[in-house]
Amino acid sequence: MTALPDIAEITGPTPGQQLRKRMFGHQGFMIGAIFLALLVLVAILAPVLAPHDPYAQSLGDRMVRPVFMGGTWEHPLGTDHLGRDYLSRLIYGAQISLLIGAIAALISGLIGTTLGIAAGYFGGRVDAVVTFLINVRLAMPVVLVALAVVAILGGSLNVVIGVLGLLLWDRFAVVMRASTLQIRNREFVAAARAIGCSTPRILLSEILPNILNNLIVVVTLEMAHAILLEAALSFLGLGVQPPTPSWGLMVSEGKNMMLFEPWLVLIPGAVLFLLVLAINLMGDGLRDVTAPENRN
Amino acid sequence: MLRFILKRLGLALLVALTVSFISFSLLFLAGDPAIAIAGESANAKDIQAIRELYGFDRPMLVQYADWLWNALRFDFGQSYYFKLPVADLIAERLSVTMTLGVCGILFALLTAVPLGVIAAIRPNSLIDRIALFLSVAGQAMPSFWFGLILIVVFAIQLGWLPASGASSWQHFIMPTVVLGYYAMPAIMRLTRAGMLEVLSADYIRTARAKGAPEGRVLFKHALRNAIIPVVSLAAVQMGFMLGGSIVVESIFALHGAGYLAWESIGRNDLPTVQALILVFALFYIVFTFLADVLNAWLDPRMRSA
Repeated sequence: MTALPDIAEITGPTPGQQLRKRMFGHQGFMIGAIFLALLVLVAILAPVLAPHDPYAQSLGDRMVRPVFMGGTWEHPLGTDHLGRDYLSRLIYGAQISLLIGAIAALISGLIGTTLGIAAGYFGGRVDAVVTFLINVRLAMPVVLVALAVVAILGGSLNVVIGVLGLLLWDRFAVVMRASTLQIRNREFVAAARAIGCSTPRILLSEILPNILNNLIVVVTLEMAHAILLEAALSFLGLGVQPPTPSWGLMVSEGKNMMLFEPWLVLIPGAVLFLLVLAINLMGDGLRDVTAPENRN
Repeated sequence: MLRFILKRLGLALLVALTVSFISFSLLFLAGDPAIAIAGESANAKDIQAIRELYGFDRPMLVQYADWLWNALRFDFGQSYYFKLPVADLIAERLSVTMTLGVCGILFALLTAVPLGVIAAIRPNSLIDRIALFLSVAGQAMPSFWFGLILIVVFAIQLGWLPASGASSWQHFIMPTVVLGYYAMPAIMRLTRAGMLEVLSADYIRTARAKGAPEGRVLFKHALRNAIIPVVSLAAVQMGFMLGGSIVVESIFALHGAGYLAWESIGRNDLPTVQALILVFALFYIVFTFLADVLNAWLDPRMRSA
């Protein structure tokens, strides 16, 4: 009696295995994902990793230079104009950026996905209304409106997150609408309808799982967008308020000493650039591996 | 075509109306404007007088209708801070922002289109890689940080360019680069993708087969078709850029409309802020409308949309 071949030999790798293989083989995705994972770890472990209290001022040690510019290991990246340890502020700043990016992307994702799926699935008037809302949102100058609302309501972390969450849903709606349109007339959706599934059930368990790949890509890109906007708002003085260690705020505080101590501006900006770059590389990579046909 | 234009025009007007309502509503989010105007030392009687003088005691919708009617005649009321008509303030500042916007989009197009074309002709070449690197970096670059780096290098270290102000054309070089680099990645990606798609089309093969010189194939046959979506993207980006110029203007102290917006927000000068939100939104609406019409004119298939 011959042994039956293993199921894996007959069917080959499952779609999940194929996807994982493509992910691990994608250079950009891996670089971005590893860097992001490291920063998330740094943010979580901030109390352990930070060598000093990020708020502790020491007027005797103001603007000590980083160790590679003649400073000491006491303050590896130097201190700011109030003598606060720059490395510790950078580490705690990662918490702020990631928190704002993640929650703002979550809020806008919820709004945009709901609108986009509704527009794509129901079509007709619903679609017309959602398309109109997208047009209105795109016409609003984001930076200006966000600045004005933060100025009116006061610059707390919650306000900044809320404003960004309410402003950045447009790409979610556009992409989710298009993705839903592509699959709403497929057989499995018709089958679910034929066996009498309720509309919410069709939307949640037939449509949503099948457009999840695209959703995750937009989540990463919008998270990067939110992080950049928060930094810009804080830089302009109408985002997160001092003494919170926001990277945008650190650039803004360093700006006044830029003539003699340009590193005060270069370091936090570089970290911000690298974080956003990592998230974008991951998002672009995800798009490549989940939907190779959409690559451009 | 006329039907398409009218439909789009109607939509654009409706969007403008909605945006105007939202920007007007900001005033009510801000609490009692009468207190803001009167200042902190005013007593209740003064505040009531101001309320009646400015008409803040009327229902919100009546005030909106009134504001809109005036806005249609380019009367946005008085600035709380300057005590001057808002429309005059904006008109005075708009030329700097428009100059910056036009230079920025030209810079973006002049760098992005050639790079995108070369990258598409020679995929995976060194230039393709440089172009990809520039676009990935551009999308992650915080524009305020990029601006400050340029100031450190070109104004402080090398001393080639002035760091702030708008009194000569040299003042516009760094702001143009910063603002243009913001729009470049999207335009470059679209040019490259469009060229790649067009270059694999049958009519390009035909053109090559009949012996047309390569330069003629690339520029007359391919680029002409690939550039259509790029033109409309550039129009949309232009609308975005004018709104984004607020950051650039604040870094380089260019006293344009974006700078005015930033100052006015800091001063609680709401009539100016409201008007500026509307003006920037109108620019975006006009540019996207023009892009739609241009697209429909160049490509009749778009007219049914």
